[in-house]
Formats: sequence, C-alpha cells, structure tokens
Amino acid sequence: MKRYYFDHAATTPVAPEVIQTITKSLIDDFGNVSSTHYFGQREKLKLRQAREVLANAINANLNEVYFTSGSTESNNTIIRQTALSRQNQGKHLITTAVEHPSVLKVMQDLAKKGFDVTFLPVDDSGTISITDFKAALRPDTILVSIMYANHETGRLMPIKEIGQILKNHSAWFHVDATQALGVTKIDVKKLGIDFLSASAHKIYGPKGIGLLYKNQNCVIPPLLIGGEQENKFRAGTTNLPLIFGFAKAMELCDSKEINKWVIIYQEEKRELVKLLTELGVDFAVNGDFNQALPHILNLWIKGIPSNVLLPLLDLDGFALSAGSACTAGSAEDSPVLTAMYPNNLIRVRQSIRISLGHDNQKADVIALAHAIAKRVNHFKRSKEKAVS
Amino acid sequence: MIYFDNSATTPIDPRVLDTFVKVSQTYPGNPSSLHQLGRKATEVLELSRQQIKDILNLKNREVLFTSGGSEGDNLIIKGVAHNRKLSGHHIIVSAIEHAAVLNAAKQLEKEGFEVTYLSPDKNGQIRPETLSNAIRNDTILVSIMAVNNETGAIQPLNELSDILQKYPQIVFHVDAVQAVGKQLESIYLNDRIDFLSFSGHKFRGPKGIGFVIYHPNRHFDPLIAGGGQENGLRGGTENIPAIAAMAKALRLSFDNINQCQKKYIEMKNILLNFLDKDPDFYVISKNSKIYTPSIISFALIGVKGETVIHYLEAQETFISTTSACSSNRNQPSHVLMAMKEPDEVIKGELRVSLGPQNDISEMKNFVNQLEKMKDKLKVFI
Ligand SMILES: Cc1ncc(COP(=O)(O)O)c(C=O)c1O
Ligand SMILES: Cc1ncc(COP(=O)(O)O)c(C=O)c1O
Repeated sequence: MKRYYFDHAATTPVAPEVIQTITKSLIDDFGNVSSTHYFGQREKLKLRQAREVLANAINANLNEVYFTSGSTESNNTIIRQTALSRQNQGKHLITTAVEHPSVLKVMQDLAKKGFDVTFLPVDDSGTISITDFKAALRPDTILVSIMYANHETGRLMPIKEIGQILKNHSAWFHVDATQALGVTKIDVKKLGIDFLSASAHKIYGPKGIGLLYKNQNCVIPPLLIGGEQENKFRAGTTNLPLIFGFAKAMELCDSKEINKWVIIYQEEKRELVKLLTELGVDFAVNGDFNQALPHILNLWIKGIPSNVLLPLLDLDGFALSAGSACTAGSAEDSPVLTAMYPNNLIRVRQSIRISLGHDNQKADVIALAHAIAKRVNHFKRSKEKAVS
Repeated sequence: MIYFDNSATTPIDPRVLDTFVKVSQTYPGNPSSLHQLGRKATEVLELSRQQIKDILNLKNREVLFTSGGSEGDNLIIKGVAHNRKLSGHHIIVSAIEHAAVLNAAKQLEKEGFEVTYLSPDKNGQIRPETLSNAIRNDTILVSIMAVNNETGAIQPLNELSDILQKYPQIVFHVDAVQAVGKQLESIYLNDRIDFLSFSGHKFRGPKGIGFVIYHPNRHFDPLIAGGGQENGLRGGTENIPAIAAMAKALRLSFDNINQCQKKYIEMKNILLNFLDKDPDFYVISKNSKIYTPSIISFALIGVKGETVIHYLEAQETFISTTSACSSNRNQPSHVLMAMKEPDEVIKGELRVSLGPQNDISEMKNFVNQLEKMKDKLKVFI
C-alpha cells in the first residue's frame, strides 16, 4: 500500500543530502571542537561556516546565533532566563493563548513563581489583535513572546506590527519561528526580533538540533551551564554532525526554493479544498486560508470526530494529525482550537491538520481528498443506518 | 595518525553510524504523532530505552534521554535543588567534578544555596571521611563523579554510598560520563545512587545525545519544559536516530571488554615504563588500581602542556592538556589544583586517553615520539 505523509508540521523526513552530510561528518569530524589540537581548529572553521548559513538565513550577525538541542530548549532558555535576569526591571510577560507547550508551560510555571503573565486571546481566525496587545503592554513588561505562526492552524501573527510597537519599549521580543523557518523568509533585524527559536527537524534536517538567535545587546545567563562552548552560552560538547546537517537543510531551503514551495503548497491546498467541495464533504477552514503559512491547513470536517477519522485514514495509508504532535499523544482537546472556538467543542473535536512537505505530489493531495470523502460518507451512512 | 583523546570524544563506531543512518531513513516520524509513523518511532524509542535498562541491568530505576552529559548534570543538580529547597539549602559536590556540575552548583550558590566542595586526597580520590564530615542536617544533594576525566581516578562510590546509607533523605547523583566501557558497573550501579548522567559520544555513540538514570521516587524539577515527552520530565521532539545509535553503542561498549581492559593495562604499562625511567616526566595517574588504565595523566616538567600538544599534532598524534572544555582558555586544571600538585606539574599537564579502536603498536609509536620530542625540546627544560 502506498503511504502518504501529511504531518510535516510534526516533523519532516531527513533530506538524503542532509543524511549524507551528517554521515560524512560523523566519520571525518570526530574531534572535539573544544580541544586545542588540530582537529579542534579545523572543525572550528567549519562550525563558523555552518553558523554563517543560519545567521544569513535570518539576517542575524554571526555572534547572535547559537545551537541548542531544539526549539523546546531555545524557548525554555529565552523565557526562563530573561525572567530570571530582568525581574528587577519588571515581572510582567506577554504571550498568546495558542503558543506551543514549550512556551506555555514555562509561562505557567513563571506565573506560579510570582510573575504576571498576560495570555492574549485569539479571534476565530486564530490570531491576536493589536488593540489587545497595546492594552496589555505595560512599563514593567520585560518580555513579549509570540509565535511567528501557529503550529496547528498555520495562522500568522502580527509580528511586524508588534516589532514596530516594541521599538519604543524596553521589553524584549521573542518569536518562536519553529513552523516558519524554511517556508517563509524571516529577517530578524527588519522585524525587530530580539530572540528567535527554531528546530532543524521541521526543515528536513535532523532531530535534536535547534537554533537560538539572540540580539547581541540582550544578555541572559545560560540554562545549560558547564564547558565554554557556544561562547559560554550553551554547554555540552559541540554537536558538529547535526549542526552541519542543520546548515545543509537550511541551504536546501534557500530563498529561491522557498518561493517555489510556497507556490506549490498554495496550489495543493487550493486543489484539496476544491476537491473536497466537489466531493460533497461538509467542511470549514479553521483559521484563515490566505493569512497562513503555506504548508498548513486545518479543517473542520463536519460530522465526524477526528479521533474516528484519523485512525481510518491511517489505515488507508494517510498520516496526519488532529492537533500538534505533542498534544496528540494525550486525549486532550486542542488548546489552540479551543481558544479559537470556545463555544464550539464539536468543531474542536472534528478538526484535522494537514501539513504539506517536499515529498507530497499533487496526486497525493487528490488521493487524500478522495480518502477523506470516502471515509466521511461511509461514516455518515453507517450512522444513518444505525438511526433507522 | 594516533588519536589518544578519547576522554574528550570518541570516533563513532561504524556499526553505530549504520544504525543512525538506517533509523533516520526508516523511522522518520515524530513519536508524539498517533499515526503509524509516529507509533513506529515510539517503538524505536521505547525499545532503545529498554535495551539500556537491560544492558545495565537496572532495577527500580528509569531512563530519560537528554542532549548529553552537560544537560544531564544540569538537570539533576538544579532540578533536585529547586525541587527540594524547602527541605534544605546545602549541597555537596567534589572539587574535581566536570564544569557542568561545578558551574551548575555555582549558579545555585547565586540563588542562595550553600555548596561544599570536597577536596580529594593526593591521589585524586574523595575519601569517605571527607564526605562524612561535610554532611549537615540541611544537606539535600551530594554529587560525586564515577571516574575523573583528567586523572582517571575511580571514586570509591561504594564506600561513599555506605556513608550515605545513614542519610536516606539525601539525594545522591553520580556523573558517570567517563565510566562507560571501563568495567566499572559494580562501582557506579549500586542501590544507594539515585541519579547518574551519561553522554553518548564518550562511548563511540553520536554527539548531542545522552541519558540520565533516575530513581522514580526521587523528584526533580524539569530543566526543559515542553510537549510532555519523557513523562513530562524533558520536553522536545525525541532524537530517535541518535537514541537508537546510543543504545547500540552502549551494547558494543561491552564487546570484548575483558580484552580491551587488558589492552589498556598493557598500553599504560608501556607508557609508564618509559615515563618512570625519565626524571623529567612526572606521572599523575600512577600504576595503581585507583586509576582506570585508559586515562593517563602526566607532565613533562618545565614544558608547557600546550607546547607538547602542538609538537605532537604536527606528527598527527592527538592528546590533550586538561579536559577539552577548559583547555580552550588555558585555565590551569582545577582538578590538579585540588590535588595540590606542584605548579610546574599543573602547567605541564598532559592527558592520554585510550579507546577500543586503539592498539598496542600505536602506544609504542607514541613512546618513540615522546623520546624524540624530548631531544628536540631539551632547550626548554
Ligand atoms: C565527567 C564529564 N561530565 C560531563 C561531561 C559533559 O558531557 P557533554 O559534553 O557530552 O555534555 C564530560 C565531557 O565533556 C565529562 O568528561
Ligand atoms: C511552534 C513550535 N514551537 C516549538 C516546537 C518544539 O520543537 P522541538 O520539539 O523540536 O523542540 C514545535 C514543534 O514541536 C513547534 O511547532
């Protein structure tokens, strides 16, 4: 049976070129970058080149890019350590109600420890309002943490506007760009971003390696302390093979490629929506079809709970998920959709996320639409039978 | 080329590399996804975890994956301290710990915890009496490494555990990063030790992956919160290929372990025979069971360690001065300082560290290189 993968927002397969890069490095670069001997020195140069690739991708300076074990670690480091180091200047933080758990949990923990955290609500398209944001901003706000785009709906946040507003405020601006890197061009300087997080495994790179961008004027203590790696900001023997794999994956998503994929994804999404309509599936888009990352589409498939539909599609060979992978493991309702549709639990429980990737063809999307239609119709018929 | 810097990092075993590549290709899913690819990734994750538990024969202990030794040390030291701060504010660590433990302890000092740094004896071991004298009513945590990364000194963990038997409320953490592949399981796996940290790249696994062994009833605050992975104790999408590769590397570290140990002893003897004959050399890791044979620390008196490193490197021989993390900044070794070694020994410190892929002929060549080097560097002495 042919298998189709539509869960790229959870993780992407590793590109063959990236596996090659990692393998080569695992064989060749076995020295420890921290060693003074030759191995260390040669590898230091290559490390710098890899850092340059990531720095260029987001228009950061070389000394502003650090490697971590992933977005989760980056998010934890940025939020926790900013709170710790700036608590004398203020104890107020702003975030949104629909962040990834690696932001939300830290914020909730800080709230327990005496910080004042504003969780901005979202509208039914999944984004926050600038009016709400302005109203929440206070003189003692030390950090604003808002994702570039949501991981369940792809809905974009008003990053540019918030960056503008914060230009005249002392609060630092953190953006979790885990879903955006590689599918959209990000310029931290233009957007006024002080901190940014991302993970390689969302852009066809390896798992277990991530990016932390930190404006050089923002000083925070390390979360992982020990050796003097990463300019003393992140301890642990430098993970060269995966860093090179990350850089390779980033190169493969350079700006020209980005534009190509944006067009392909948009077309595939339009095709999917068109076909579902033609096949008589009753559905609605969660979020905003146009104000979203190109590869994510969240749909309310009316009349069939996602915990019924998804296992059936899985049997048919289609891998997709209800919410984010992280909340998928548990049977909880999606906190993102709940925030968008607080009075419509049925909608929350009947929604699925389709996230496209390089390995999807237009024919795959057509197959998906047919599979959904077939399963939905079958489910409805069997329900009608049960009733009659 | 002679690579004798295995305590800094080891070359990955080709069979481990194979696992890494195969798992990367075959199991692309995120273990948190419910669909088939996610479930398969979860299977690999849990199988690897079980393998590690089986290999180390763990009972009443769990395994949690981290990004390496530094994270494991930070997680346990800070996590236990934060979790138990209502029970006490006093922590005990040895003065010869790796920077990951020492700096985590220093961070806690800034937060108001009190830390006692235990001095080693002249051999580089922490004496049980020293620990016993440092324990207070409000001591919540003790952290002492299994094998020192600079001298190879094996710490008397069983004797230290005997002391701690009397204080069941104190949490005992052991940094076992340097202990794998050295036949020391009977020392670092005893019932009194609650937590251990490990790092994959020190036993021919990949970098950027490690694990912590934890006691399910000893609580700690997570360092990295997130999507509920690892039972809510460590967030972040699991690095499945590296985890599977590390489990394999751990298994392989037990292959031919008797022969490996014999080989290390023979190699160490060859080196010591040479060094002991020459009064300009000073041996720190002496011929004694105290030291694991694969880590040999010594000095050429009057010559800076760095000079020797660079001389040898020109002949494609790689050893190190102090541990890799501090060697960058030319800081004097805190381990040798704690052992009260003379200044000229500290300045001249050299470390040879062996791995399974090294052989006796390499040691013979190395000794020849040292001999020739001494003639060349005589002017300095
Ligand atoms: C004893 C000890 N603990 C901890 C570490 C840190 O391990 P890693 O660099 O893999 O984080 C090392 C090695 O660098 C070590 O030798
Ligand atoms: C928006 C967002 N932030 C953070 C993360 C965490 O990334 P990782 O699991 O690689 O640490 C994810 C993905 O899981 C995400 O989608």
